[in-house]
Amino acid sequence: MTGRRLGVVVCQCGGNISDYVDTEKVRSEIAKEGDVVASQVQMFACSDAAQQSVIQEIREKKLDGVVVCSCSPKLHTATFRAMAQRAGLNPYEYTQVNIREQCSWAHTHDRAAATEKALKLARAGVAKTALSVPLERMRVETLPQALVVGAGVAGLRAALALSDLGISVHLIERAAEAGGQVARWGTLFPNDKVGRELVDGLIDEVRRRENVNLYLSTELVEKTGRLGEFAVTLRTRTGDTIGLKVGAIVVATGFDPYSPKEGEFGFGLEGVITLPELKELVAEHPGRLEYHGRPVRSIAYIYCVGSRDGADTPGGHTYCSRYCCSATSHLATVVSGLDPTVHQFHLFRDVRTYGKYETLYERALRGGSVYLRYGEEARPTVTREEGGLVVRVKDRLMRSEEVEMRPDLVVLVTGMVPRENDALVRALKLPIGQDGFFHEVHVKLRPVETVVDGVYIVGAAQGPKNVAESVSSALAAVSKTGGLLLKGYVDLDPLVAKVDPTLCVWCDECTKACPYGAVAPVDYGDRRIAEVNGVLCKGEGACVPVCPKQAISVQGYSNEQIHAMIDALAAEAT
Amino acid sequence: MTDAGATGHRPRVLVFSTNAISDMGIDLAGSAHMDYSSSVEVIAVPCSGGINPTWVLHALKAGFDGVFIAADGPECALLPDCVGRTADVVTRSQALLQKNGLDTGRVKMAAICSVCAEPFVNHMKQFGKALDDLASVAAEA
Repeated sequence: MTGRRLGVVVCQCGGNISDYVDTEKVRSEIAKEGDVVASQVQMFACSDAAQQSVIQEIREKKLDGVVVCSCSPKLHTATFRAMAQRAGLNPYEYTQVNIREQCSWAHTHDRAAATEKALKLARAGVAKTALSVPLERMRVETLPQALVVGAGVAGLRAALALSDLGISVHLIERAAEAGGQVARWGTLFPNDKVGRELVDGLIDEVRRRENVNLYLSTELVEKTGRLGEFAVTLRTRTGDTIGLKVGAIVVATGFDPYSPKEGEFGFGLEGVITLPELKELVAEHPGRLEYHGRPVRSIAYIYCVGSRDGADTPGGHTYCSRYCCSATSHLATVVSGLDPTVHQFHLFRDVRTYGKYETLYERALRGGSVYLRYGEEARPTVTREEGGLVVRVKDRLMRSEEVEMRPDLVVLVTGMVPRENDALVRALKLPIGQDGFFHEVHVKLRPVETVVDGVYIVGAAQGPKNVAESVSSALAAVSKTGGLLLKGYVDLDPLVAKVDPTLCVWCDECTKACPYGAVAPVDYGDRRIAEVNGVLCKGEGACVPVCPKQAISVQGYSNEQIHAMIDALAAEAT
Repeated sequence: MTDAGATGHRPRVLVFSTNAISDMGIDLAGSAHMDYSSSVEVIAVPCSGGINPTWVLHALKAGFDGVFIAADGPECALLPDCVGRTADVVTRSQALLQKNGLDTGRVKMAAICSVCAEPFVNHMKQFGKALDDLASVAAEA
């Protein structure tokens, strides 16, 4: 017994739990635990009526901790923390125990065993809560200024949208001019806007804004500080450095087009070019398509070059680049618009003109494009024979019959690859995914956030995207940045690492283990100990296993709490 | 379903899962009503790279037959090198077990993603069998 006054709620989940677990037995047994002074069974613990009943009990019985045995914490932790707060209880002295997904639903065959397990899980929850301490969220002030790294279409659009929100923007671009890849392209799908004109419009607008500063030929070289007040150092091409303070950082560094290896699908032969090169060629010859002064009468496009490939090769690009099927189908419609008699052959693995871009594929077909499907195991070959290009492909839709064509141009439909950003990665400490692009926290739930609070990733820096998708992600990051900076402060989760000063002997192991620079030495009486910066700490506990003195742990997951939970689970149920 | 192995004993397994990834995979196994032994119990922590090896030792001393670390794997958003760090946790744990005269085979790690319901159930069956084999060998000795 710890002298705490704990309450336990056992949820029936309308039968989802009580059909397989004797919830009343769990309640009556848990009520015998030393620290438990209140217990109840609820049909739906998450219902308003049940929450009101628990709030009343917390107040009447002066509870200082609550355990709710119900569904997965992923569903209702926020619900019950808010309930605890409404009752005047510290929300971090509430524990949710999963007796549905990890008990009743997993052991439907054995009610007695499920009940026994539910009781043990409940006891573990009680043991953890009995050792909980009240925690307060940390409030830090935020500056209404943002840094946008990369002045391509996503970065430009993000800068303008931030400016619209009244947030001052520092927009930096490594290259000598803004616009990124899109500036080099001609007409874009789906609405035939010209890439150069699109970005020029954005750049003009950026230059008109008083609260947007554009820095060209400038890189980010250092970032210190914290969410809401980062200190960043920029370096210009001339070597000058600029120091700024910003509340948030939006990374929009884009992609590089895949550069085929010499000999890959004939790359290096005269007349074999890449998709971006064809885009430039079309933009340069708006009247009639020409290559090296000769009219182009036929084109063979080879899809998935540098995409969905290289599973056996380190650094292979196994992902789909998403934009290239739509871009190529669109380009085919542009070419046939210039000259409907140009023959166009598309050698594809799968056509992924998803969503509304399916219409581009249909338009290309109507314009006379011919699509031939090849298999991964029998790739097209490109050679130069008798002064001309020869492409051979086994068409899967014709029982792998070999088809031979002699096009004027072979266009390798190249995908997107991550940019070389080592210095930026080091400065921002951003994680990189297996595909080499920046890695978000969760692809669906937190798609533009990174593990570094206040640093967002947008556009093709995060993975292959078309222009519309890049702009959407840029605006999503703007929305997150606005939510963060406009309030003037932010409250942070207190479940971060904490050092026990009586045990710490400052061996430096925790500092070396922390990837976020959150642990630093501090004087403590006549000796040094480690101190955690709660704003920088992510609470993952990388420092925990390396501490030889057991002096550091994550709040809510202390050694004492985990040991108590283990003991409760290991003990016999009855 | 019977979970008892050759010795008639149901191996007791403590699983350390992770809040953001592997616990979801384990939840999914339950949501799909996939059957695994009720003697498998789970404690969720923020990240598998932050598991204290003393917890593993404590669990085995407290009566668990084995500890399974349901690691984040390469999907971990908190630690880009989570796989290596979790492997280091296992190495440290095994050293601790060896020092305490416990079989190092009683701790196992595998990456469990947020939709890895079936792999989790398979791991539990295989690990349960391995622990049962260990118990048989110990009984014969």
